[in-house]
Amino acid sequence: MYAQALNVAEKAHADDPELRARFQRRVDAEEKIEPNDWMPEGYRRTLVRQISQHAHSEIVGMLPEGNWITRAPSLKRKAALLAKVQDEGGHGLYLYSAAETLGVSREELVEQLLTGKAKYSSIFNYPTPSWADIGMIGWLVDGAAIMNQIPLCRCSYGPYARAMIRVCKEESFHQRQGFEIVMTLAKGSPAQKTMAQQALNRWWWPALMMFGPSDRDSQHSDQNMAWKIKRFSNDDLRQKFIDATVPQGHFLGLTFPDPELRFNEATGHWEHGPIDWSEFNRVVRGEGPCNRERLKARQKAHAEGAWVREAALAHAEKRAARKAAAKIAAE
Amino acid sequence: METPLFTYTLRLADNALVLGHRLSEWCGHAPMLEEDLALANMALDLIGQARNLYTHAGAIEGKGRSEDDLAYLRDCPDWRNILLVERPRGDFAFTILRQFLYAAFMHPYFERLAASKDETLAAIAAKSVKEMAYHVRHAGEWVIRLGDGTEESAARLREALEDLWPFTGEMFEVDAVEQALIDAGIAVDPAAIRPVWNATVDHVFGEALLARPRDGWMQTGGRRGEHSEHLGHLLSDLQFMQRTYPGATW
Repeated sequence: MYAQALNVAEKAHADDPELRARFQRRVDAEEKIEPNDWMPEGYRRTLVRQISQHAHSEIVGMLPEGNWITRAPSLKRKAALLAKVQDEGGHGLYLYSAAETLGVSREELVEQLLTGKAKYSSIFNYPTPSWADIGMIGWLVDGAAIMNQIPLCRCSYGPYARAMIRVCKEESFHQRQGFEIVMTLAKGSPAQKTMAQQALNRWWWPALMMFGPSDRDSQHSDQNMAWKIKRFSNDDLRQKFIDATVPQGHFLGLTFPDPELRFNEATGHWEHGPIDWSEFNRVVRGEGPCNRERLKARQKAHAEGAWVREAALAHAEKRAARKAAAKIAAE
Repeated sequence: METPLFTYTLRLADNALVLGHRLSEWCGHAPMLEEDLALANMALDLIGQARNLYTHAGAIEGKGRSEDDLAYLRDCPDWRNILLVERPRGDFAFTILRQFLYAAFMHPYFERLAASKDETLAAIAAKSVKEMAYHVRHAGEWVIRLGDGTEESAARLREALEDLWPFTGEMFEVDAVEQALIDAGIAVDPAAIRPVWNATVDHVFGEALLARPRDGWMQTGGRRGEHSEHLGHLLSDLQFMQRTYPGATW
């Protein structure tokens, strides 16, 4: 209700140049924008899209890792993986809450995910056929996510920035845990080393694609930079990730599936071969290995849980009615 | 030859791991996000209890078996869990009702085991009491919601109760192995748990408008290694990696 009121108030002043200028001055001064503050409609829409996509990614991301909870190779790994997937669910929950401060309901957002209207990170459309994939998701996917998300801790929108601080803390723990899984495999038997190498071959390029299209082709960057929703370009973040990750992989004795990967002494950066953006576009379009499967798994859980949610609601209503009746009787 | 204390500890550990495994099967597929987190929480409690108990069992046995050796390298006849916990996860009504029936037993059980003359068991129990109190509360609230919710939820809950009730008797069984440990002040006498369990169950069933079934014939066998068809499938998931790559470190 409150959020609706906010929207109406905002629309009345949508074109007010004075409000826009004041908003931009606050952003420029690194002040946090809070839910009650005036904000341009485009800013609100961009944040709703980005935060909800992020929340959906956490929820869909539970599936590829969840695939190994019942088969984790030791009790310690089983507990750690279950706790990790639980963390992802927790991230989803408070990201949905952050999105709700912008006047959309969680039900609405979930509906968008289930109908395929909303997107989530394409990385989760890749499968986890081996245990090593669990290590790779932690090391590479969470590693890439952290690169993307650390700057978001300074995002101009307060609730998102604060949610990201907590998310980043947990993600960096997951990343170390993932690296440790890969390290154990890399130091293990020949079969374990092969498992790790095969998983790296599968995940390396999709992980690089997580930073999004090259700056030359990215649509939203300039405005989002001005609004301080985004602080670094896709290519800059990708480069940071590669520079941090390649030496770790070499330390483990693994080979990156990129024959053109080389260190440039002059720039101090690792240079990589061309990214196959046609694959990226295919998977975003829905033609990845697991797109249909992931969405169907979410739809199935939602449909099968409908009677439980209905029961909870019905019970809450009965309780409230009984309480009200008791109050009337007492009076 | 298994010593009574080893068998007893293993029974507690196997119950916890098998039920924790069943709960973990929900992760990512629960009816709502909050329940994904709650079911994972309870699974983590149980897996944590199992790890401590296996480590203790390995020490009692004295043959150098680790928690993972005990969890990953035994076949069905050597598992000592009650049949209740190995039933497939079922729907949410089945899962949550089983959790309630089990927790309503284990909470008072651990309260008493915390006074065991076996110091390690006592310490594990003392830690687990708080966890099981949460399981009783959380699962009990859901039993009430489902029982006094919609027609469908009430029907599903009744169905789950009919499925589960014949598996509750095994929780209260005492054999010679356990009687000696009870007499020695190490194990808990489940007869002492019965009135507490009855009171908890009756209270929650009352709120849930759920009729308590008659205590008729009860299923038995798990604690002696006589299991249903379901445990083998659970183990084929659980033990897949350790069986496929013998001796590897993970």
